[in-house]
Amino acid sequence: MIALPAHEFLLLQACIPLMTLQKIMRRLALAIFALATAHGVVLGSEPPVRFNRDVRPILAAKCFRCHGPDANHREAELRLDEEVAAKQQRSSHSAAILAGNPVESPLWLRIVATDKSIRMPPPSAGKPLTSAEIAILEQWIEEGAHYEGHWSLAILTQPDAPRVENATWPTNDIDRFILAKLEARGLSPSPPADPATLMRRLSFDLIGLPPSSEQIEQFQPIDDPGSYEQIVDTLLASKHFGQRMAMYWLDLVRYANSVGYHGDQEHAITPYRDWVIKAFNDNMRFDQFTIEQLAGDLLPDASINQKIASGYNRLHQTSHEGGVQIAEYLHKYDADRIRNFSSVWLATTLGCCECHDHKYDPFSQKDFYQLVAFFADIDDYRSFRGGDSSPTKRDPELEVPSPADGKIRRTMVTEALAQPRTIRILERGSFLEEIGEPLAPAVPQVFPPLHIDAQRPTRLDLARWLTNKEHPQTARVFVNRLWYLFFGTGLSRTLQDFGSQGAWPTHPELLDHLASEFIASGWNVKHVIKQLVMSQAYRQASLETAEQQSHDPENRLFGRQSRWRLPAEMIRDNALSVSGLLRDESDGSSARPYQPAGYYRQLNFPQRTYQADMDAGQYRRGVYIHWQRQFLHPMLRAFDAPSREECTAERPISNTPLSSLVLLNDPTFFEAARMLAQTTLLETNGSENNGSDESRFAWMWKHSVSRLPNPQELKTLQNLLDQNRQVYQQNPAAARAIIEVGLAPSSDSVDTVELASWTAIARAVLNLDEFITRN
Amino acid sequence: MTTTLSQQNNASFARRTFLNRGSLGLGSAALATMLPNVSQVAPGKAAQAADLPSELPHFPPKAKRVIFLCMAGGPSHLETFDFKPRLSQMDGQAMPESFTTGQPIAQLQGQTLKCLGPQTEFKKHGQSGQEISSFLPHTASIADELCIIRSLHTDQINHDPAHTVMNTGTSISGRPSMGAWVTYGLGTLNQNLPGFVVLTSRGGRNPQPISQRQWGSGFLPSRFQGVQFHSTGDPVHYVRTPGGVTAEQQKTLVDTVGQLNRLRNQSQQNPETETRIAQMELAFRMQTSVPELMDLSDEPQQALDAYGVAGIDGSFAANCLLARRLAERGVRFIHLYHRGWDHHGDLVTYMNTCCNLCDGPSAALVKDLKMRGMLDETLIIWGGEFGRTPMFQGKGKLPGRDHHMRGFSMWLAGGGVQGGTSYGTTDDLGYHAAENPVHVRDLHATMLHLLGIDHRQFTLNHLGLDAKLTGVEEEAQVLKAIIT
Repeated sequence: MIALPAHEFLLLQACIPLMTLQKIMRRLALAIFALATAHGVVLGSEPPVRFNRDVRPILAAKCFRCHGPDANHREAELRLDEEVAAKQQRSSHSAAILAGNPVESPLWLRIVATDKSIRMPPPSAGKPLTSAEIAILEQWIEEGAHYEGHWSLAILTQPDAPRVENATWPTNDIDRFILAKLEARGLSPSPPADPATLMRRLSFDLIGLPPSSEQIEQFQPIDDPGSYEQIVDTLLASKHFGQRMAMYWLDLVRYANSVGYHGDQEHAITPYRDWVIKAFNDNMRFDQFTIEQLAGDLLPDASINQKIASGYNRLHQTSHEGGVQIAEYLHKYDADRIRNFSSVWLATTLGCCECHDHKYDPFSQKDFYQLVAFFADIDDYRSFRGGDSSPTKRDPELEVPSPADGKIRRTMVTEALAQPRTIRILERGSFLEEIGEPLAPAVPQVFPPLHIDAQRPTRLDLARWLTNKEHPQTARVFVNRLWYLFFGTGLSRTLQDFGSQGAWPTHPELLDHLASEFIASGWNVKHVIKQLVMSQAYRQASLETAEQQSHDPENRLFGRQSRWRLPAEMIRDNALSVSGLLRDESDGSSARPYQPAGYYRQLNFPQRTYQADMDAGQYRRGVYIHWQRQFLHPMLRAFDAPSREECTAERPISNTPLSSLVLLNDPTFFEAARMLAQTTLLETNGSENNGSDESRFAWMWKHSVSRLPNPQELKTLQNLLDQNRQVYQQNPAAARAIIEVGLAPSSDSVDTVELASWTAIARAVLNLDEFITRN
Repeated sequence: MTTTLSQQNNASFARRTFLNRGSLGLGSAALATMLPNVSQVAPGKAAQAADLPSELPHFPPKAKRVIFLCMAGGPSHLETFDFKPRLSQMDGQAMPESFTTGQPIAQLQGQTLKCLGPQTEFKKHGQSGQEISSFLPHTASIADELCIIRSLHTDQINHDPAHTVMNTGTSISGRPSMGAWVTYGLGTLNQNLPGFVVLTSRGGRNPQPISQRQWGSGFLPSRFQGVQFHSTGDPVHYVRTPGGVTAEQQKTLVDTVGQLNRLRNQSQQNPETETRIAQMELAFRMQTSVPELMDLSDEPQQALDAYGVAGIDGSFAANCLLARRLAERGVRFIHLYHRGWDHHGDLVTYMNTCCNLCDGPSAALVKDLKMRGMLDETLIIWGGEFGRTPMFQGKGKLPGRDHHMRGFSMWLAGGGVQGGTSYGTTDDLGYHAAENPVHVRDLHATMLHLLGIDHRQFTLNHLGLDAKLTGVEEEAQVLKAIIT
């Protein structure tokens, strides 16, 4: 629409007198914009304009929908996502952009036109450009309208760390990148977090569990600077590290214990979970980790473990509904795999191309189906034969012994067909409308090429291509997510979209530095994590100062640590841990905590009754909880754990009354409170204060939140205790009722009325915001 | 903890979190700190916080709330609202291939396709003369309140994905359901109840599984997800105070935790903490408001009889009465599922069962709302995730019908919909939507329109896309013809 027919040119001429005005407006806009940047940290326009940082986001959000990669919805044959196209003459139309000359560039004339009928974007699109955006575009054209390759695809180099003024603060290069940006704005980093906060942070972040009181007491980083690194090494070596990392990886790959569609029958896959945990604990190279999941079955002499890992390809949702059309569901499974594959390893939204060319990124529908062709050798046919029993059988499966108890478990694996299925483009993603020629596997052209000698590239080639040194995106995607796990947001905030609509990294050089380091270290996950947690940036306090609130409210400069409510599994593990209930059983089949009766009554084919574990399984870590996609355990759901139907790179964090009800009334938490009360009473008997209320408050508090209560807190707790003592002394039957909640036996040596009263105190502790917050 | 105190807190939290939004930089986290009753605290604030393009509602709404009566399994349009005499004439004959070639097919794959005529009679009802089958005498009695759409079509032929399309506009998991969208856009009008409530019942053939995904919040903050109320056990999970703890003790506990959190927050200055204090107080209030809602002792016998309610027994009748009670209390989106309508065989037998359970209460709900002056502001939608084939299926002693996605019927009432009207038709055999086809997305667009929302502008940026209930591809149409 930017090319102007003659009659429209007249309209434009009418606008010309406005141009001087526009010029003034532009300066005004720039001035306003400058004011805005002075007020808060805007990582936008600092002269000169940079395409990736400043311009691409505007074009992507406001222009690409009609003038972008999607050939079927392109207006006026104009695309603005490619430099050549934007600057070349199109048949009778002049080029949209005349470099260096905004006032004669049709693009600029159209975006400032006062006549609504020619203004771009069209007012009907509801996406007007702001004056700041118009100013950036003008400045960009003035400066030559230079395009840049997309940042996430640019060749990866390891940038040198910048020089910083405060040479004493940094412990490693991460700190230099962080500090340089802060110094450039005249800001300072935050002081270190106090030792207890830091220890709690480190423990939750690395192993997903709270530190013990002893660990807190022993940790004196000021007296012994080496002690911090020792603790980091110990935690990285803990078997709980793999459990913690698996929590995240299982979200990404949408690991669950049920099929997802319709009857949501249980399926056999738990050995894959154990494999993931072990891989992180063994610090398996990330390239190998990638290869074994995508193509473990194709490795020469594939081991049992590599076949288990190939269960990744079976994690998508499947259906046993009567009347399923195999052709339709083969396609659904294909699409599901591509959505997940492209999210997990590439952080792209290639899934959009199931039905149409991408609106914002240079991916065609053909790219999507060429990727599907890589996975077309996976034998899905046999999986349809399993009936609607639960657990169901979805061949191909393997039988493997559990490392926990030696019991044989089944697990879904990948087996390749001799002849891959034929893949064609499906018009609008409809399985009824195959079009065009059969497609060979191929990777989208925007990525580095896939070099292979074989005639038809395989999943194994695809997996190796992802972690080829020339491939810049895989490492960037993964280290960005590691940064998120330890700082609360990614360096690019869009963990799942590195495309043109994604967020430009706040610290692109740091991201590249870490990605290069990741590859150079041999895809060493623990190495990168150690770099992150050893940095001073990580060790900063998370409290916001008023200055930070005004200068960097979103903490884009990482001048402080972040704080967030713990993820669902950690909230559970924390309560079980401080109550002494947590059991260490790793591996094996899934755990089934208490769950409201009848919760599965919506399920059918077959109907099911949930059987909570009556043994140690009740107290296993959250990562092992049975993951029923359609009816996820209400506790997990209330605290934002995803159903794992699709890839989740970032869980939302919400505060709802339902999550409050869980902490207040879920028997798991009530039982944990009772056991925390009991432990407190037993541990403080005969202590120096002879079991005084105050000594008990102190013990419980320290044990649970790693600090002592202050006088005001003590007074508040005492009031609660007094009220409860009064009630239970008058009504010992009620006290006895409390002991009935949960399987864990109560000690005979504890007075029931005291136990019930102290259970109220323990409930208060487990409900504290501080208890569920990582600071 | 008085109401006044929490109201003060509510206001201050809303303001604080709004000003501080993004301070944690956790994506939706900042938004999620806001209270559920966004419309009361500040209309449109939620919209701003989520970078919605404009304030809501976009224009004066006709409906304040929605009650969606989902007949899960897919009721036959050919035995409810879509009379096909031609199908009757062709009963037992081969289904013409011109209808079925290249079409998706579910359980009838590989079988000979033959016509099955209507299994019941149709009559014209009301002043409007709407054609309704004899299975639905009570619905027939409210014919003049109904707008019957006979030309719906959907994208999916199996239950689970078809429900997902009906609720989210696409069969891909992970998108917000319509109830979540509406609650997100408009908030709730009751501080003590969730804005989006789901109730289910069964009876009929093979109860359909209904996934929680159907009322999920997708990429919207979790607090907009539907909350399922249960008829047995705790009406809401964990809403009951544990044994051995009195309500008074529980209240003191909640107050104490609030005090301790506030003390701590003097040094921490964490806006999230204040939000969680408010949510805990709301949780405690729900411990009272939910049982009160579920207690029918204040309903006159006459009302119970009108619905056919014997008590809170999980029946569709009881759920309809609860729907009215929820509507009265300001709940924005009330979604009922009756899970018995998958009639592959013994269609007549199961139609009798399902209609006996659902017909009367559905009509009673419409009449009750009308009597209370609430029908005009309440949009009621009745129908399944798809219809059933004009072809015979033999899974049972008596004939049945298979899943069918190319044409089916639903009705709408109240909330700005023109009663006593029909919209759209299917072809002579009831196979394809013919005149004025209505895609599920058009139904969504119309529903949003009646709530004062322009579906094109009601978007949330997710993974770089301005996601909306009505999808990113072809534009959905508001059915202007059915609106008063």
